[in-house]
Amino acid sequence: MKSNLLKYTLSLAFLISTMLIAISVGSVSVPIPEIIKIIGSEVFHLPIGDGVDPKSISIVYDIRLPRVILAGLVGASLAIAGAAFQGLLRNPLADPYILGVSSGASVGAVSTLFFNISIPFLGMYTLPFLSILSALATIMIVLFFAKKIDKTMRVESIILTGIIFSSFLGSIISLIIALTGEELQQIIGWLLGSVSMRGWKYVGIILPFLIVGGLLLLMNTRELNAMSFGEERAQHLGVDVEKRKMLILAAGSILTGAAVAVSGTIGFVGLVIPHLTRKLWGPDHIHLLPLSIITGAGFLILTDLLSRTIISPQVLPVGVITALVGAPVFAMILIKQKKEKGR
Amino acid sequence: MLKIENVSGGYDGVKIVKDIHFSVGKGEFFGILGPNGSGKTTLLKMMSGLLELEQGEVKIDDISISDLTKKQLAKKMAVLPQLSPQVFPYTVKETVSLGRYAHHRGFFQTWTDEDEDIVQKVMKQTNISRFQENSVMEHSGGEQQRIFLAQALVQQPDILLLDEPTNHLDLAYQKELLDLLRTRAREEGLTVVAILHDLNLASLYCDKILLMDNGETRAVADPNDVLSEELINHVYQTEVVKQPHSKIAKPQLHLLPGKKSEREGEQVKIDENMLSISPERIVLQSKQPLKTVSSGVVGAGAGWYSNFVNRHVDANYNCTNHRQEMREYLTKYGFPVSQTVGMMTAVVLEDNSYRLYEGDGFSVMIVVTAGVGNAVDSSRVNSPAAGPVKPGTINTWIFVNGKLTDEAYIQSIITATEAKAQVLRDCHILDAVTKKQATGTSTDSILVAATQQGKEIDYAGTATELGAIIGKGVYQEMKQSIQHYFKRKEMHGHLSSN
Repeated sequence: MKSNLLKYTLSLAFLISTMLIAISVGSVSVPIPEIIKIIGSEVFHLPIGDGVDPKSISIVYDIRLPRVILAGLVGASLAIAGAAFQGLLRNPLADPYILGVSSGASVGAVSTLFFNISIPFLGMYTLPFLSILSALATIMIVLFFAKKIDKTMRVESIILTGIIFSSFLGSIISLIIALTGEELQQIIGWLLGSVSMRGWKYVGIILPFLIVGGLLLLMNTRELNAMSFGEERAQHLGVDVEKRKMLILAAGSILTGAAVAVSGTIGFVGLVIPHLTRKLWGPDHIHLLPLSIITGAGFLILTDLLSRTIISPQVLPVGVITALVGAPVFAMILIKQKKEKGR
Repeated sequence: MLKIENVSGGYDGVKIVKDIHFSVGKGEFFGILGPNGSGKTTLLKMMSGLLELEQGEVKIDDISISDLTKKQLAKKMAVLPQLSPQVFPYTVKETVSLGRYAHHRGFFQTWTDEDEDIVQKVMKQTNISRFQENSVMEHSGGEQQRIFLAQALVQQPDILLLDEPTNHLDLAYQKELLDLLRTRAREEGLTVVAILHDLNLASLYCDKILLMDNGETRAVADPNDVLSEELINHVYQTEVVKQPHSKIAKPQLHLLPGKKSEREGEQVKIDENMLSISPERIVLQSKQPLKTVSSGVVGAGAGWYSNFVNRHVDANYNCTNHRQEMREYLTKYGFPVSQTVGMMTAVVLEDNSYRLYEGDGFSVMIVVTAGVGNAVDSSRVNSPAAGPVKPGTINTWIFVNGKLTDEAYIQSIITATEAKAQVLRDCHILDAVTKKQATGTSTDSILVAATQQGKEIDYAGTATELGAIIGKGVYQEMKQSIQHYFKRKEMHGHLSSN
């Protein structure tokens, strides 16, 4: 058996090294010891040593660190939401997109841009707020219709309803884009997904949602284990399936909505990371969820780094990279799995 | 313990289960039977709390299950569902451990030594300990069934519900699983309620059976009452024959394959031409197996046989292991042991007598070989013959071209035996020790075989035509055979005195 200590040590090592590398690499490269000094000074108010360029302080603290942390938070949110959805829906190919949650959040965000909505007092927070709100609204509507179709709300009914809503909301987004004039560039840029030039403010937006949604899911790991053997089985084991299912779906939607709000649609993270984590460390949700958080954060930091360095000084949307990396990795996993089964 | 009170319900307003009412006591093994679509699984789902009841109540220890939380219910009642495919590669131990969920409170409860002990104990009992670190998905259906049984048992329930637990299992696993459940029921008071498909397995293991038909109760009773030919024919629309299990006091049902005409096969009639007689043996071979009741050396008891061998052995035949020797003999001469009734006699086979008697719509052929060297009076035998068994001296074969009931078989034997006693009286044969009238010899054998085709004959007492023919036929053939025996003895004695 793989020891738990090893699982967490390796995962954390991956996360920390991607963070350091991502902060270090860029148009101006900052050596790693310098990064540690700057963070120590800015966060813990330690005396900063000599020989640190003030320009580096600004690059690290104002530009790269918030960007890396935002990428990490988005990756963590998408990965844990994906892990929970996969367990709940007993489908290793499920992710936040399948339930229409991402599309819902996108419609909220795109509408905000298109109609140029600005809610008083919220100001800059209007877009994330409406995004999360429409994500939650979408999951409520999906569940409502699923219940209309099938009183016992079987997983298949939820997936089916989710897919229908996903396509429907997707076409609304297309419609808005078709009607768009000058805001086109802004909307498309947002849709492709990016964590660049967001700053600390966006870190502050996503963090509370990640904490709430993450804790909700971490409190349901045993239930997720039971439900991955089927809902009837879970109920026979003593799980209050109806209640737990609602909690998990709500938590997943909050996480997805928040991630979409701050970074647009970034695909494949919620699909590939939980799948990969399960392959590496086993399916037990008690460890799968925290490990997905760590690995998802590291993964998105790494892909974001690629997105801004691969054709530097041009910056690619990170959603393009996750898809470019994620899709082939995913295909490989599938083929390997098929082979193993065939044996 | 478990009470199902006037329960009705189903899906989307369609009543599938209608007014079911029964109760199961602690430690009872309760079976639910019924044809496909009779509502068994729906009833089980309602009992386990998965499906809401439209009417009635399910009570455990007089508390309605709707008043219990999911966790409380899971501690009292566990369910072993039909196998469904697994999606994630949990290890066997992880899977079994999930059964402890209901015993954990809240988020911060950790895995205790008690949990570990129970899990290890149950894995040992279900014989899955050795692969506890493997993935569940790697295992066969039979092993997965045991893994999920272990998961249900670590819930430490009072009641275990099972939906066709022996599906996907081969014979040995079926027995192993049901034995395990029965042991748990007997020794630990686990109440077992199982949907079963196999009527005969249900008969062997259940203390009580509910037979469902179209969502309604057809019977709730002892297996012996539920598994009646009439009820099963009616509910399953299939003809079956009820027979006692040959080793234990439980009924078993036999299917009748195909149509009646196909079952009977080619018509046969046993007659004199089918006999072949040599100094070594008298043989009758039938193209179709005959239903036979006999006291032969091989093929004794009841069964279907097509070869009948009466073998001559020397008077000094050493028969310490006569059964084995007889089997080898039959095999050597090309008679398959499984299809043959074999008898032995020290009598010279020339002393045989046989004839075909015609009755109204049936016929009887009787073959007798008789010698009365050790004739006895059965009512005054003081010391049962000690030492090696001696070969029979009056062997009687009765072949009936007709269809006999079980009663007719037994009555045939009574009638034939009565006729035998009469022959011995009329021939003035005395018991060598007591000098009283003999009734037979110490090692007589009899065989009644019928084609089970044609006319049905219910009885064979002396008041019936069959009884009369058997009585008369056995009397005549046996008397003739004994007369041959005496004549030869006399000649032999004459020759030796000379």
